[in-house]
Amino acid sequence: MSVKKVYLDHNATTPLHPEVKKVMREAMDKFGNPSSLHSVGREARKYVEEARAKTAGFIGASPEEIVFVGSGSEANNTVLSIFSCASKSCSFHSEVKKVVVTTAIEHPCIIESSKCLKDRGFDVRYLDVDSFGKVSIEQLEDILKGRKAGLVSVMMANNEIGTLQDIKLIAEIAHKYGALMHTDAVQAVGKIPVDVKKLDVDFLTVSGHKIYGPKGIGMLFVKTGTPFCPFVRGGHQEMGRRAGTENTLGIIGLGKAVEMRAKEMAAEDKRLKGLKKMLAQGIRKNIPDAHFNGHPEDSLVSTLNVSFKGAEGEAILLYLDLAGIAVSTGSACASGSLDPSHVLLATGISPELAHGSIRISMGRLTDKKDIEYVLDTLPGIIKKIRNMSSAYSKGGKNVPKH
Amino acid sequence: MSQNTDWVYSEKIKDHFMHPRNILEDEKSYRYDGKGVVGNIKCGDQMMMVIKVDKEKNAIADCKWKTYGCASAIASTSLLSEIVIGMSLDKAYHISPKDIAEELGGLPEHKIHCSVLGDKALRAAIDDYYMKNGMENKIKKEKARIICQCMNVTDHDIENAVLEGARTFLELQEHTKLGTVCGQCKGEAEQLLKEYVKKHFDK
Repeated sequence: MSVKKVYLDHNATTPLHPEVKKVMREAMDKFGNPSSLHSVGREARKYVEEARAKTAGFIGASPEEIVFVGSGSEANNTVLSIFSCASKSCSFHSEVKKVVVTTAIEHPCIIESSKCLKDRGFDVRYLDVDSFGKVSIEQLEDILKGRKAGLVSVMMANNEIGTLQDIKLIAEIAHKYGALMHTDAVQAVGKIPVDVKKLDVDFLTVSGHKIYGPKGIGMLFVKTGTPFCPFVRGGHQEMGRRAGTENTLGIIGLGKAVEMRAKEMAAEDKRLKGLKKMLAQGIRKNIPDAHFNGHPEDSLVSTLNVSFKGAEGEAILLYLDLAGIAVSTGSACASGSLDPSHVLLATGISPELAHGSIRISMGRLTDKKDIEYVLDTLPGIIKKIRNMSSAYSKGGKNVPKH
Repeated sequence: MSQNTDWVYSEKIKDHFMHPRNILEDEKSYRYDGKGVVGNIKCGDQMMMVIKVDKEKNAIADCKWKTYGCASAIASTSLLSEIVIGMSLDKAYHISPKDIAEELGGLPEHKIHCSVLGDKALRAAIDDYYMKNGMENKIKKEKARIICQCMNVTDHDIENAVLEGARTFLELQEHTKLGTVCGQCKGEAEQLLKEYVKKHFDK
């Protein structure tokens, strides 16, 4: 007997949209090198530029402001690497602006890259967040005042807790003090409306596989006129901003993915809002000692992060997995390290609650039945784990006598 | 370990995880002869084991447990409780993490940490029994004392690190990974570091 499969880990990755799959199948025969001058190459170039236009349009950018890269991580690494370029011949030269401001809850690719900048002599500052995961605007102003900061990088929507930041305001402050503004919008684009002009950001990161596109394709928006220095060198591709023959198949897939997001996003947002409410209420009603992480309103409607006292996250994840439900956890045990989620710890919750967290991230195919199944399954699992937990007491009520 | 798409660890871990044996259901009415609690909730693992002792045979008559932890922590405690029932106290005292991991059909390296707690909890329960029954002489004073619970680093490890060149707390951490999880042991580790440096290198 096969168990029902419910995939609720869309912040980790998403399945290909059927329309994306279709265009990618067709595109498999468009093998030409977009840089070639002959007709085979020109045909590939046409597809790449069509996808570029679609992708640009989706975020309110011009096509020439779009740089296709290998992943969201590469886009983020690229932005931070620009600031350590010390070559005087480079269009970007940062000798005097050695301050970079980011946050304590960024994706590891930003955290690790920023550590690397620190090792190269940069003054890297990490903004604190409040208990809902919102960055401190006052702290940002305090840091920028009187320092020559080169970059402020703040993620738009957090991958673990879904909290949204006020990027427009943060960009305004960054610019006021002469810094460039980057936002990692990997979890935001395709879920909430994003317009680079309205936000007035200088760099913005998008990933293909988080929005029902293929893996191995990402996109970096670089505002016209912004200093730039390539991360991958040695080719004229992407207007000299990213070397390497274009991933035609991935680019075509991404183009279709954003096209489908534009069509489906608004209705999906409304639907998921209802499902998230149903899920949170169901958990609150049926499971005692549940602690919700993230912002109650300013948060992705697809993401719900919740901690269960006295129950460890990897155990919850694996019991859910045996019931066919796929989620993720902020527990150390699932990550191969011994530290629980840096994001949850930054919000100030105890390590115990961070170890006991699960992230439920819904997607375009999630329906009411899926949430009902979770609500039927999860309370029993938490009860089972707590029953054998040395870190949870039932409170002495309704304990059957043997 | 084989790459099984149905389940992430061994089948035996799955079995014990799905059907844990010997859970201490009713702590208040269960009368035990020895109890051991080890680990730290902050680090994501805590285990409690209680034993009943057959005093004539000097063997474990019953063993129950509670664990806060991941799948391998749950499975290793469950399995341990099963194999020690009927076992002599002397034998049970010498079960090692390696024995448990082998019984479970292998554990990934980063999961060994979880099974380390099982044997420690059991030894603590047996020590507790010895203490309560005037057999303190049987308590094996481990030469090595664990300083960092999270990473299982002993005073011996610290001494070795000092001999290998560690002089600061940071260097000690690089050598041993001590204090990299909850950090509670920092004070004690720094004190030992000072003592061992003095012992070996001060004239």
